[in-house]
Amino acid sequence: MTSSEDGPGRLLDPSLLRDTLDAALRTGGDFAEVFVEDRRSMSALFDDGRVEELTGGRSRGAGIRVVSGETTGFAHTADLSPEGLRSAAEAASAAAREGGSGRTVALNAAQVVHPGVVAVLPTDVSKARKVALLEDADRVARSEDDAIRQVTARYADSRRRIQVANSDGLLTGDDQVRTLFSVSCVAAGDGGMQTGRESVGHTVGFELFDRVDVADLARRAARRAITKLDAVPAPSGEMPVVVGPGGGGVLFHEACGHGLEADLVAKSASVFAGRRGEVVAAPFVTLVDDGTMAGEWGCYAIDDEGRPAGRNVLIEDGVLTDYMWDHLRASREGRDSSGNGRRQSYQHLPMVRMTNTFLLGGDADPDDIVADTMRGVYVAQLGGGQVNTATGDFVFGMTEAYLIENGRITAPIREGNLIGNGPDVLQDIDAIAGDFAMGSPGTCGKDGQGVPVGDGTPTLRVTRLTVGGTAA
Amino acid sequence: MTDLIDIADRVIGWASSDEQVEVFAVHERETEVRAYGQQVESLTVAESQGVGIRVVINGRQGFAHAGTLDLDVLAETLAEARDNVAFATTDEWCAVAEPDGIPPAELDLHRAALTDHPTGAKVAAALELERLVGEADPRIVGVESAEYVDSISESAVVTTTGIRSTSRETGCYLSASVLAGDNGETQTGFGFSIGRQPGDLDPERAAADAVERATRLLGAVKPDSARLTVVLDPWVSAQFLGIVGSTLNGESVLKGRSLFADRLGEEVAAPSLTLIDDPTDVAAFTATAVDGEGLATRRNVLLEDGRLLRFVHNSYTGRRSGGASTGSAVRGYASTPGVGVQALALVQGSRSQAELVADVEDGLLVQGVSGLHSGVNPVSGDFSTGAEGLRIRRGALAEPVREFTIASTIQKMLQDVIEVGGDLEWLPMRAAGVSLVIGDVTVSGA
Repeated sequence: MTSSEDGPGRLLDPSLLRDTLDAALRTGGDFAEVFVEDRRSMSALFDDGRVEELTGGRSRGAGIRVVSGETTGFAHTADLSPEGLRSAAEAASAAAREGGSGRTVALNAAQVVHPGVVAVLPTDVSKARKVALLEDADRVARSEDDAIRQVTARYADSRRRIQVANSDGLLTGDDQVRTLFSVSCVAAGDGGMQTGRESVGHTVGFELFDRVDVADLARRAARRAITKLDAVPAPSGEMPVVVGPGGGGVLFHEACGHGLEADLVAKSASVFAGRRGEVVAAPFVTLVDDGTMAGEWGCYAIDDEGRPAGRNVLIEDGVLTDYMWDHLRASREGRDSSGNGRRQSYQHLPMVRMTNTFLLGGDADPDDIVADTMRGVYVAQLGGGQVNTATGDFVFGMTEAYLIENGRITAPIREGNLIGNGPDVLQDIDAIAGDFAMGSPGTCGKDGQGVPVGDGTPTLRVTRLTVGGTAA
Repeated sequence: MTDLIDIADRVIGWASSDEQVEVFAVHERETEVRAYGQQVESLTVAESQGVGIRVVINGRQGFAHAGTLDLDVLAETLAEARDNVAFATTDEWCAVAEPDGIPPAELDLHRAALTDHPTGAKVAAALELERLVGEADPRIVGVESAEYVDSISESAVVTTTGIRSTSRETGCYLSASVLAGDNGETQTGFGFSIGRQPGDLDPERAAADAVERATRLLGAVKPDSARLTVVLDPWVSAQFLGIVGSTLNGESVLKGRSLFADRLGEEVAAPSLTLIDDPTDVAAFTATAVDGEGLATRRNVLLEDGRLLRFVHNSYTGRRSGGASTGSAVRGYASTPGVGVQALALVQGSRSQAELVADVEDGLLVQGVSGLHSGVNPVSGDFSTGAEGLRIRRGALAEPVREFTIASTIQKMLQDVIEVGGDLEWLPMRAAGVSLVIGDVTVSGA
């Protein structure tokens, strides 16, 4: 699907955008940009045996930035009238505060290639149908086992229309529809309570539920909580860790993804700064960030600076090939943005962010990888992580994991974090299988801004990671 | 600033007699200056507002929110909230809060000195902080960020049940994140200073803390795995207390998601622990006289000498558990009132961190943790987090350590507290920090 600025992305008249850019540059500046956003969201929460609430949300406004030399001035407004926009443009301009002569801008509408087509807009689906999905999930999860004591199911959809115009003459827009469903269960047994969670989210409309069975999702969440009732304390110390298909994306997101963001690299706040062209990983490691993957949680047609999403190979056969870039960092290096300039909302400045980050499959057999591991941990589901990009030290949580003993997956283990160092872990990967799968939808936080991201991996093994349990 | 109470009153005027309506409106102005390389990297001047409208009819609630206070959008938001009511399940306890006769404390949280502070001075503060950090130590090789941030916020809650309350406050902070380097190795540290007005801020302290935290980790090694006594730095203990607070929340208790649900009156922690949530303490960064439902906040003693005395409640969870709200509704405009602690602190002991360390034969001072969201499960109590700090040997700080985890369970850690320090400090979060000594924690490293 293609569209011009007259398509679904059009929020404000081009002449108003041009006038706003002119106002932003009236007292000088190297670059100005208007980002307009109109977001509508709907969510429904089922908890404690009842539909607790339905929530509707609306947020609309514009963020205006002016770059002058090394300084970025930024202001935003919820008032999209000509006066409101002019006032925000003047505030951004004053913030960038440089002398110089004014200039005017001509805008050229860009062609936008959308990575997918939304078949059923969630706003065209009745609230009753959405609520019915929640009721199904609750019923199925509770009937799975008497040990299930509490179920929370959540449905959420959003439609985010954006429009970007800048002083380079760019005029473009996008229409992003996302749909999410999650189920969380609490199971109780002799040893206390355990939790299990499953979620699915895609950049698609309500047709998500043509291919996702919420009953199946609910059963898996319930089974996860029940399985953990028998969990033994996690081991403590360094050992081999096998990560199951789909689960390991978070590992790469933290181990090296953030460290390959050009804004952190430019401040030498990344262990990967200055290492382009070097071998940074085992030779069968190829890592890709791809915002064009149709339907995935982190995909879009254009980023929040108006650049088309890209498929960017970050590590190829173990060699660091490139970082991820936004407009500001790219222009200082005299190159193009890689389409990774994103922001949480019109109230935020864009920065370098990941989209869908994944490791390409290898040729090992997943069963052989486990069979080859004498003692270690098998992680079936990861639960988020965090990294210090300057040191490379990162953690990620295991929300479903098992012991590996003598080449066999045995007892479930209690929750905990694993800790490692990004550059070390990349070298310590010794097997990658061919069973690639995408993981659960995530929200990546950086500098207080959250954006939707996806990730994926096949089964893989790291020869040495520190498992943070309490058992000897 | 916009007169929020007038706007809320107007929406309440649209309510019909068969419905309860609650309007929560906020307005915030924020300035953020980031310095880098002795230039202004970015200057953001942000003005934001929003409204959340809740409608309850016969025990069913609907909610909608909008990021603007325009009249046409307010009407649309009320209509959306009403439309959502029909889909909720009837819940006999569901209702908008009623006035409970407790007058809000008179807290002075607003400073004209901040609202009148010129932008130029804010820029100068960020630049000065970056300079102080850069000049402090030859091993500081970079300043990842140095920033000045302030906010002026106002909120109002008005209901058809007779609640009509407002609050306003100012706050500001300086924060620096630095890179220390030596022999090709890099370590990081941060420091900050918070206040209600710019005059409260101490840039030297923010800079010195950031430099100290980064440089003292230079040469850090991965420690051997062991069971040790740990001393949690105030920055770390405040985060730990925040997690403990989430288990003492009336909603978790009612919905069967709290470790401590059936344990009121029992000894759940070491006798040295008395834990109080008191948003009326003006020293707290998150102090507030009214909660998210417009009721007066109050001093709630949660643990006394290790015994569990009470949970915190909003009006719904209070009513449903046979009691009343403890003034603990927490929310933003985009959500219905939840329940939570707002200004949590331990009653402090008397000794300094150095004195606490001197009593530890073989242990670890934890100065930072990572992955609290991924490695701690407040339902099961499993606790495992990445950490960095310094080893303690024979009562003295020894080599720096990194890339390890500390693990236990929330239940066990509360019982294993050996001593609470006398260095209580309010931090930019809903809890105060204090040095805390905890025994028998598993350190996983090499």
